[in-house]
Amino acid sequence: MAGLEDLYREIILDHYRAPRNRGELPVPPAHRVEGFNPLCGDEVILYLEVDDGVVTDVRTAGQGCSISQASTSMMSAAIKAKTVEEARGVIRAFTALMSIHESHLAESGLAESGLEGSGEGSVTDGSEGSSELEGARLGDLEALQGVVKFPVRIKCALLAWTTLQQGLDEAT
Amino acid sequence: MKDLDVARIQADFPILKRQVHGKRLVYLDSASSAQKPIQVLDAMDRSYRESYANVHRGVYTIAEEMTAAYEGARAKVAALLGAASPNEIVFTKNVTEAINLVANTWARVNVREGDAIVITEMEHHANVVPWQMLAAERGVELRWIPLTDDYLLDLTDLDRLLDGAKLLSVTAASNVLGTINDISHLSAAAHAAGALVLVDAAQAVPHLPVDVAAWDADFVGFTGHKMLGPSGIGGLWARPELLEAMPPFLGGGEMIRDVTKDGFTTNDVPWKFEAGTMPIVEAIGLGAAVDYLTGLGLDAVREHEKTLTTYMVDQLTNRFGAGLTIYGPRDVEQRGGAVSFLFDNIHAHDVSQVVDESGVCVRAGHHCAKPLMRVLGVPATTRASLYVYNDEADVDALVEALATAERFFAI
Ligand SMILES: Cc1ncc(COP(=O)(O)O)c(C=O)c1O
Repeated sequence: MAGLEDLYREIILDHYRAPRNRGELPVPPAHRVEGFNPLCGDEVILYLEVDDGVVTDVRTAGQGCSISQASTSMMSAAIKAKTVEEARGVIRAFTALMSIHESHLAESGLAESGLEGSGEGSVTDGSEGSSELEGARLGDLEALQGVVKFPVRIKCALLAWTTLQQGLDEAT
Repeated sequence: MKDLDVARIQADFPILKRQVHGKRLVYLDSASSAQKPIQVLDAMDRSYRESYANVHRGVYTIAEEMTAAYEGARAKVAALLGAASPNEIVFTKNVTEAINLVANTWARVNVREGDAIVITEMEHHANVVPWQMLAAERGVELRWIPLTDDYLLDLTDLDRLLDGAKLLSVTAASNVLGTINDISHLSAAAHAAGALVLVDAAQAVPHLPVDVAAWDADFVGFTGHKMLGPSGIGGLWARPELLEAMPPFLGGGEMIRDVTKDGFTTNDVPWKFEAGTMPIVEAIGLGAAVDYLTGLGLDAVREHEKTLTTYMVDQLTNRFGAGLTIYGPRDVEQRGGAVSFLFDNIHAHDVSQVVDESGVCVRAGHHCAKPLMRVLGVPATTRASLYVYNDEADVDALVEALATAERFFAI
């Protein structure tokens, strides 16, 4: 039985309480994109500044549950100063992480290694993660792996990423 | 009136013996759907094991038994609602279908372009969307009765809102705020303005004595699964002359008197509205649920819920103070046992997830009332709702689980 600690890793609560990159950017030059989960009312707003194929700056706004807001915060930290292609890679890797079935997690031991990887109490952005999926470094984001054990919350974790995907498609 | 013997009631509900995460199941989501007593489960099981057959068709013994049980359930519901005759009750699959039935039959004949339909800001989507569909199709104006700061209907402008309206469609009790509306008063105002009244009684019939005559309503919808009955059965009460005049809803078997290559004639009311094989055993289960509720006495149910709601509201306020906002009237005379609340800085979903760990079932979300959520200015609330099998220990378990959530998410 999945425990609450699997879902609410310390690092997730940290991002929830102290979200990174909160705010707005002037539009234009930044691109504004909005994501909405009609089921629970979670809302993510992203401001993306894309310059010469690089995400030079990102700000986030919106409201929602700890999972959606922590995921947004972690996402913003993970893609800032990355190239658009790298950012797309992180989107693919994170989406893959969210689609790994719980039983598969248990079999491969990936859950353990992933959860250990981002260590209790580690609060720095971009801390070195241990696991790579599709070649992208997920770092803190691996802490969200536990969400797959709570299927109704996967949408919460993914909202920032589908919104980012849309934003990058529109901005480039 | 005798008090509810809650311990005895609890023993009638097998699911309450269940554990979740190693904890006693504390079910506080009856506003969404109620649990079922053994009497309902047995009535349905017996139907399938001993007399199952289709109704109104066979002339053999078990078919006649089933028909008698199905029509008997209709009579029980009629008595519960204070209807003059069982034939004023049309079975549907739920209250949503009951409202859609009125929107697709009575309203199609009687509501035209330029007419208005009045609803309120506290309606469930089931009493919003059917009218929006009609409004979009017909050029009908949809008007909304607003809320007061105390989460009651603001009737200041009622006469103006009703002017030129064909229908007032209003909930008897809000599934989010708990607010109980004064239907008799609203009916009088609507009728004075020449409008008919539809009451969404989904949250009233399970919890308080309902008398359609005292309400002086024209249509009343209810839903079985919230009143200890099975899912898949609900119904519509309507004044008989309205049912007579309304065109049929769905076409098919049972709703016809005769069919030729040239057309059809309709069956008598209420069967005119019951096309196809109905949820027969569900209706019988609903009949057993009505027996169960009548046995307890709806007066006693209401008193129990008033006492327990007061206890819950007091416990929540005492324990969490200003960190927790309750969205609903304070006066227990004006409210039922569905209590919506929000912590200042914990999202409703997170609250619901953490309390689940303690075996406590509460609902988080918009409760199918998004226009109301927008009025309240919140994306979602957590809702704990009470029923006949709940007691103070359930409320205490909720409060303890919420305290855990508060600690968990403390900044
Ligand atoms: C006030 C109210 N109206 C309508 C409904 C819809 O009930 P059903 O889904 O059974 O049609 C509900 C139940 O959620 C309700 O609380």
